[in-house]
Amino acid sequence: MSKHNVSRRQFLSYTLTGVGGFMAAGMLMPMVRFAVDPVLKAGAGSDYIATKQKVSEITAEPKRVDFTFEQVDAWYKSEVTGSAWVYKDDNGKIVALSPVCKHLGCTVDWNTDKSNPNQFFCPCHYGRYTKDGMNVEGTPPIAPLDMYDFKEKDGFLHLGPIKPHKGA
Amino acid sequence: MLNKIYDWVDDRLDITPLWRDIADHEVPEHVNPAHHFSAFVYCFGGLTFFITVIQILSGMFLTMYYVPDIKNAWESVFYLQNEVAFGQIVRGMHHWGASLVIVMMFLHTLRVFFQGAYKKPRELNWVVGVLIFFVMLGLGFTGYLLPWDMKALFATKVGLQIAQSVPFMGTAIKTLLAGDPTIVGAQTLTRFFAIHVFFLPGALLGLMAAHFLMIRKQGISGPL
Repeated sequence: MSKHNVSRRQFLSYTLTGVGGFMAAGMLMPMVRFAVDPVLKAGAGSDYIATKQKVSEITAEPKRVDFTFEQVDAWYKSEVTGSAWVYKDDNGKIVALSPVCKHLGCTVDWNTDKSNPNQFFCPCHYGRYTKDGMNVEGTPPIAPLDMYDFKEKDGFLHLGPIKPHKGA
Repeated sequence: MLNKIYDWVDDRLDITPLWRDIADHEVPEHVNPAHHFSAFVYCFGGLTFFITVIQILSGMFLTMYYVPDIKNAWESVFYLQNEVAFGQIVRGMHHWGASLVIVMMFLHTLRVFFQGAYKKPRELNWVVGVLIFFVMLGLGFTGYLLPWDMKALFATKVGLQIAQSVPFMGTAIKTLLAGDPTIVGAQTLTRFFAIHVFFLPGALLGLMAAHFLMIRKQGISGPL
């Protein structure tokens, strides 16, 4: 066995650092965990939200469908309104597009730009999308409009989480 | 590794004298509990400081969730206490620490008083210490309102009535504190929050700096 000579000074500095570190950790650990809580909180699974739109009344013309849901923001609960552009495509399949412009997040409208009829139009920077949600080349948006997952329940349209556009 | 980083910085900035000046001073035999156990009475000042550090830290973290608004204050406290991990512990530290800091400060004051350590040339430090005492009581008074529950509200009403009983300028003092001559409400809460979180801690840090500088300048009082 080799002989370790731990000096009195070394011993004291090790034990003091150890005990001090333990006490500091006991103090700081709860506070740090407290602060990072929002990062570690499990997000609530997003549900399908009922709208007042009857599935049988959806036409080929995009229609703005509004819906409200209760949003829980820590201690603050509020009614939040969202909307979707809903229509049936050429194959009779329902399409539900998010109205949030992929340029800088303004809200797009259907068929409001007189020189480009039958397109989604964003008034902020003249961004345009074709009916299927694809961004028009040469306008500010760099991606197609997002799409809602949806399902039919009791004849009404229910909207789910927002997903990236599935492509043309 | 740490030593190398320290040496690198010290090489350029010569920081050793800075902390040596603070750290290198002998503990006189009569204040060292290893020599005389009764010397533990000298610990109360340091304990007051230690708890004050905990109060500042836990308070900083609490403001991450707390809102000083009559509609949201109680809700946000309820949320941080019951929904946030370790919320009960962090608020508990601030709650119990608030009482403990007063206890420690009182014991420290008793020690200085009965040892006569306030006598010449340390009178000024006694005065600063008493000011710290008042600032701490102010922190306790203003912090008590912040959860915005019934206990907080009525304790503050009583406190404001005491302030109002000052001759001639009582009503003015009360209005200055509460933000309104009659209502204890929205303005009272924001004012108490500002006083509790910015004004009094600022004053406290300044006074504590003066308190500690004077100890270093004058040294600790001699044995009885």
